Amino acid sequence: MARIGVFICHCGENISATVDVAKVAEEAAKMPGVAYAMDYKYMCSDPGQTKIIEAIKEHKLTGIVVGACSPRMHEATFRKAAEKGGINPFLCEIANLREQVSWVHPRTEATTRKAIDIVRTIVNKVSKDTPLFPIKVPVTKTALVIGGGIAGIQAALDIANAGHQVIMVEKSPSIGGHMSQLSETFPTLDCSQCILTPRMVEVAQHPNITLHTFAEVESVSGFVGNFDVKVRLKARSVDMSKCTGCGTCWQKCPSKKIPDEFNAGLSYRTAIYSPFPQAVPNKPVIDRANCNYFQKGKCGICKKVCPAGAIDYEMEDEIIDIKVGAIVTATGFDIKHTDFFPEYGYGEFKDVIDGLQFERLASASGPTSGEIRRPSDGKIPEKIVFLACSGSRDKAKGIEYCSKICCMYTAKHAMLYKHKHHEGNAYVFYMDIRSAGKNYDEFVRRAIEEDDVHYIRGRVSRIYEKDGKLIVKGVDTLMNAEPVEIEADMVVLATAVVANPDAESVAQKMHISYDKHHFFAEAHPKLRPVETNTAGIMLAGACQTAKDIPDTVSQASAAASKIMGLFSSDEMTREPVVAVVNRCMPPLFTTCTGCLLCLEVCPYHAIEREEIKDRRTGEILKVAAKVNAGLCQGCGTCVAFCRNKSIDLQGFSNQQMLSEVVALLNKPF
Amino acid sequence: MKVGFYPGCSLEGSSKEYSKSLFAVSEKCGITLEEIKDWSCCGASAAHSLNHDLSIALPARTLALAEKQGLSEIVIPCAACYGRLAASQQAILNDKAILEKTEKYIDMAFTGNVQLLTVFEFLQKYIFPVADQYIVDKLNQKTACYYGCLLARPKDLTKLERPENPMEMEKVMEKAGATPIDWAFKTECCGAGFSMSRTDLVAKLSGRILEDAAERGADSIIVACPMCHSNLDLRRPEIKKQLKKDINIPVLFITQALGLSMGISAKELGLDKHFVPTGKAVSCIVKKEA
Amino acid sequence: MSEFEPKIVAFVCNWCTYAGADLAGTSRTQYASNVRIVRFPCTGRIDFMLLMKAFENGADGVIVSGCHPNDCHYTSGNFHARRRWIVFRSILDLIGFDTDRITFSWVSAAEGKKWANLVDEVTDKIKAKGPFTDLDKLDGVQLKELYDEAITK
Repeated sequence: MARIGVFICHCGENISATVDVAKVAEEAAKMPGVAYAMDYKYMCSDPGQTKIIEAIKEHKLTGIVVGACSPRMHEATFRKAAEKGGINPFLCEIANLREQVSWVHPRTEATTRKAIDIVRTIVNKVSKDTPLFPIKVPVTKTALVIGGGIAGIQAALDIANAGHQVIMVEKSPSIGGHMSQLSETFPTLDCSQCILTPRMVEVAQHPNITLHTFAEVESVSGFVGNFDVKVRLKARSVDMSKCTGCGTCWQKCPSKKIPDEFNAGLSYRTAIYSPFPQAVPNKPVIDRANCNYFQKGKCGICKKVCPAGAIDYEMEDEIIDIKVGAIVTATGFDIKHTDFFPEYGYGEFKDVIDGLQFERLASASGPTSGEIRRPSDGKIPEKIVFLACSGSRDKAKGIEYCSKICCMYTAKHAMLYKHKHHEGNAYVFYMDIRSAGKNYDEFVRRAIEEDDVHYIRGRVSRIYEKDGKLIVKGVDTLMNAEPVEIEADMVVLATAVVANPDAESVAQKMHISYDKHHFFAEAHPKLRPVETNTAGIMLAGACQTAKDIPDTVSQASAAASKIMGLFSSDEMTREPVVAVVNRCMPPLFTTCTGCLLCLEVCPYHAIEREEIKDRRTGEILKVAAKVNAGLCQGCGTCVAFCRNKSIDLQGFSNQQMLSEVVALLNKPF
Repeated sequence: MKVGFYPGCSLEGSSKEYSKSLFAVSEKCGITLEEIKDWSCCGASAAHSLNHDLSIALPARTLALAEKQGLSEIVIPCAACYGRLAASQQAILNDKAILEKTEKYIDMAFTGNVQLLTVFEFLQKYIFPVADQYIVDKLNQKTACYYGCLLARPKDLTKLERPENPMEMEKVMEKAGATPIDWAFKTECCGAGFSMSRTDLVAKLSGRILEDAAERGADSIIVACPMCHSNLDLRRPEIKKQLKKDINIPVLFITQALGLSMGISAKELGLDKHFVPTGKAVSCIVKKEA
Repeated sequence: MSEFEPKIVAFVCNWCTYAGADLAGTSRTQYASNVRIVRFPCTGRIDFMLLMKAFENGADGVIVSGCHPNDCHYTSGNFHARRRWIVFRSILDLIGFDTDRITFSWVSAAEGKKWANLVDEVTDKIKAKGPFTDLDKLDGVQLKELYDEAITK
């Protein structure tokens, strides 16, 4: 028989002003199962807590009800006191007499009756409580970083430098991401590759980092501290252990007309290729879709010329299993391409290019060795028009958000052009200039004032070609909304930043949420900006939303520090409010019929199908649901769905909830 | 085969030749056009900026009459009329309250089950399948297909695949043996709204269109909207003053050009009704090789 | 005869509506004292048979309230609750149960005022309807005996 102690708090006068607390205690003492009841001025104070601890010992209490403020306020306090008194903290429950009684009703008998009712409910619940114990989960102290751009590189280095193992998976043949394509970076105009490549090399050489390029995450299962990840190592067709990166193969490869992704399609590469000279690792892969040998069955030149004998046409994709404790998702972004813009020619005008293409033109390692030349005829443009907000902030284009980086990089582009061609003319059409950031606005002012870039506030309605010029028709809204027409040699569209095309499938593999634009969703927009709602999976960089390099690096370091926090102990402790499937020895005794409706509805993928087998014959005797306590967050959706009540939620069990309801109602209100 | 027909004011007046040529082509292909009896103004250019209810009720009246008349499809050659009728139909079908209000105004039932066809849809659906057997001549000229505003916009009403760079007219012209040119002004404004009030602006806007077509070597300009036609055809003296040069490219309705390729006479197609002589376009025509 | 004071049981989720009710308290918003709150982790946890249990034990009205759509602490529990309610309601309609006695609502942690208004509205509504006696009407009918027999088992 339960021996429950009831402690009614006055909360100074907060409760006692409208509730007859003595009466509540008096009535509580009469309730079945209650061995002791009292009231006191401040239950949460030190003397108040001492009274609870003493009462537990004196009256041999087995459960506690504290009638006080909301459990959201002091549940933890009183549970700690209960534990000090020697009873399981989960046998202590709170009756909310302040926020939901004394503060919202006048001093009447009905108010006191309500208080008594609530105490009775909770007494009944406690009488059905069972001791619960925090769940300990071991932590695998290896982190997986998905994506080898600057976000992934930063996170990986931070975690690795803290002494933990890191596995980095990058889908392209080299790490570096979009940052490696950039010419110079705002607001300092330092060369992107100069600051990035040392970090890329550091990743490759770090003793704590295992790098898998040309690889993709296949599936993620398990839970925080214990993820099981399958990684597909795509067949490079080149044996990495033999290849020296000498480059003979790609010099001799006859398929030379493949648009080069690294140069944003402005030049061509071969079928066997290393994406760029500073690639890490700087060893080639064969692009099988464009290789004569794989498509037509003949060629094989690379194999013949390779001095190391590293070419292996028979190589196959390999799936490896890894165990990690936490994951950083840093899969980056994409940009809209020029063919998204019918009013600017559907991508059919060669000299209408996007921002990334301009980066390549302006980059010393680019197809023009840093000379800004027109893609159509290689001439140096005398007049360039830059269009900020190409697609962004445009509901008609389905992209309502601001792409955030374009104002800055457009100013940078215009500046780079002016620095190289002082006599050239640069025009920028803009809606607003959004240059919030350290030294950002100064940078834009510099473009306008020192480098003489013409900023025109207005949008462009159309671009068409005439006599080898691009006619840009727009409006200057600061000049009486006058239509303006500029005969440009080249137009650069600062096209919208969008999620990667495969973002949705990545999110589904990881079981993380994403928004309607397929950017990954953080757990809380303000207070948990780097975590996802799947414990143990963090976000870094532009896969979450458009971001510049400083913000990306900050977030990556934040994600890394979250993971280092997680890795700081060998075990994680979790609240035991989790679902359980009724099971007793021998294991066949469960009422679960294995319909697995719970598995369908669980938002956390915490329920697994379990086959109960005959130990000797291996024959499947029964299929049942099984809760993974590491993944379960305790929402209880499965409980409500279970057809025969075989699954229950600890701390909010069917019995407890029913006894609460019954206890409420057997007296008049 | 019978299809309903809504002329609107222009096809009864300034653009009679558009109507005439549409009838001629249809007749040639065995399609009978049946005019909606007692049709009223579509409300274009003024109603929707003055009174929202009126702008819906006016076209609704015509559509209800068409229903009464038992027409399941109507072709609306004028781009402005099509825009108004389609917008009205869409508004009524999307909102029950508007439907109830409108039925009260027009004092007729409105079910909205009349399908509206743009001139392109009509040609595509009824003329294209049989056109080859009637096309006897090759237009043999460079045409600049001009859409202006309302043929292409708004996108959800006109249902064009690429409203910023439509190709519907080009398809028709290729069929008629012409060579459509790639040019820059096919969806630019002709100044339609200012047709009467600010002819100076019309001259400026239409002038640029003509100039680009001329510079790119067009022999004729093809239109499918009465407003476009009158601005490009009628305002040549003002345009000449504006551009300080004479451009004499003829402006043909799409149905006139198609009719020519079917061997229909210039007179039957109303080519004699134009201000800019159309002889230049007609003279290019050659017999189609068998 | 004193005025009929309905008994209303509120089934609420811990994260939104329970917190909303707390907010009504901290902002001292007064409302009818006819409501008793039962706290669940999530509306997704609420087994709708408990609603029936409440009526069986003398409740006159029931409120079910949780986080607004898309705000669920557990991402989708409230959607499940909403779906279940739609199905459940149609069953109640079928057996002739007055579904007006059950109010389904969303009250966020920031909507203390909304919570107070909801309780007042439901209290007034149930007051107007009078006590829930449908089960008592079964008295003397064989069904009642069968029913009693069934639940005492």
